[in-house]
Amino acid sequence: MNATPIIFLVVAALTLVAAFLVVTVRNLIHAALWLVATLFGVAVIFVLLDAGFMATVQLVLYIGAIAILIVFAVMLTRRVMQDVGPQRNSNWWLGAIVAAVFFVAISSLLWRTGWPALPGGDVGDTVLALGRSLVNPDQYVIPFEVASVLLIIALIGSIAVALPGKQSE
Amino acid sequence: MLSLSWYLTFAAALFALGMYAVLARKNAVAILMGVELMLNAVIVNLVAFWRYGNPMDIAGQAFAVIVFAVAAAEAAVGLALIISIYRQRDTVMAEKIDLMKW
Repeated sequence: MNATPIIFLVVAALTLVAAFLVVTVRNLIHAALWLVATLFGVAVIFVLLDAGFMATVQLVLYIGAIAILIVFAVMLTRRVMQDVGPQRNSNWWLGAIVAAVFFVAISSLLWRTGWPALPGGDVGDTVLALGRSLVNPDQYVIPFEVASVLLIIALIGSIAVALPGKQSE
Repeated sequence: MLSLSWYLTFAAALFALGMYAVLARKNAVAILMGVELMLNAVIVNLVAFWRYGNPMDIAGQAFAVIVFAVAAAEAAVGLALIISIYRQRDTVMAEKIDLMKW
């Protein structure tokens, strides 16, 4: 008996509940913690898809770096965290309708399309192939180098933007 | 037997929730959380298509790695902008950031 469908359904339901709480809960610190739960659920989905390296990167990069960065941003802008007034703007129902229509349209298309079945056989260790493909000149070395340049630019740019300037002192 | 549609439906639901956050939340940090949810849904799609397509061809995972790098850059720059705006204007409410509004 294959347990994958049961694990998938349980994890997907928990992840979507956590994601719903991320977008609805009032307290932003709680929203950030629910975001961590959501990202962890997505990491489990990656494991179910035989992408172990993706799950590791999800844990290290998303939960370890991005979620913690968001928690810091919430704390640095703390005065408005316990804010008065509604957390949603006046057109929130329009956004809800747009998102619901998007989901219904996409999923109705998804279930009508004939997708290929899961290829049989063991996927095996993909980390070696992935690492080789990222440094192979015939494959993805150019996108890999461009991504590293992008990260350097983002690093310098975010320092330059967030640094307190003379006019704000 | 789990078909590809299950994974894609999960990713579509995650994307729709992120879209709702971007469209409806007031706080700029919450909007950024919605963008992160949407990027994560895209990565789930890429990995699912890789697994159900040809797992020996590593292109899907390489693409997902690049999306991870872009997501990290986006989060760093976005949060730096929010902190800078908070320092200058004392608010992170998206409605009150109207400096460039005509």
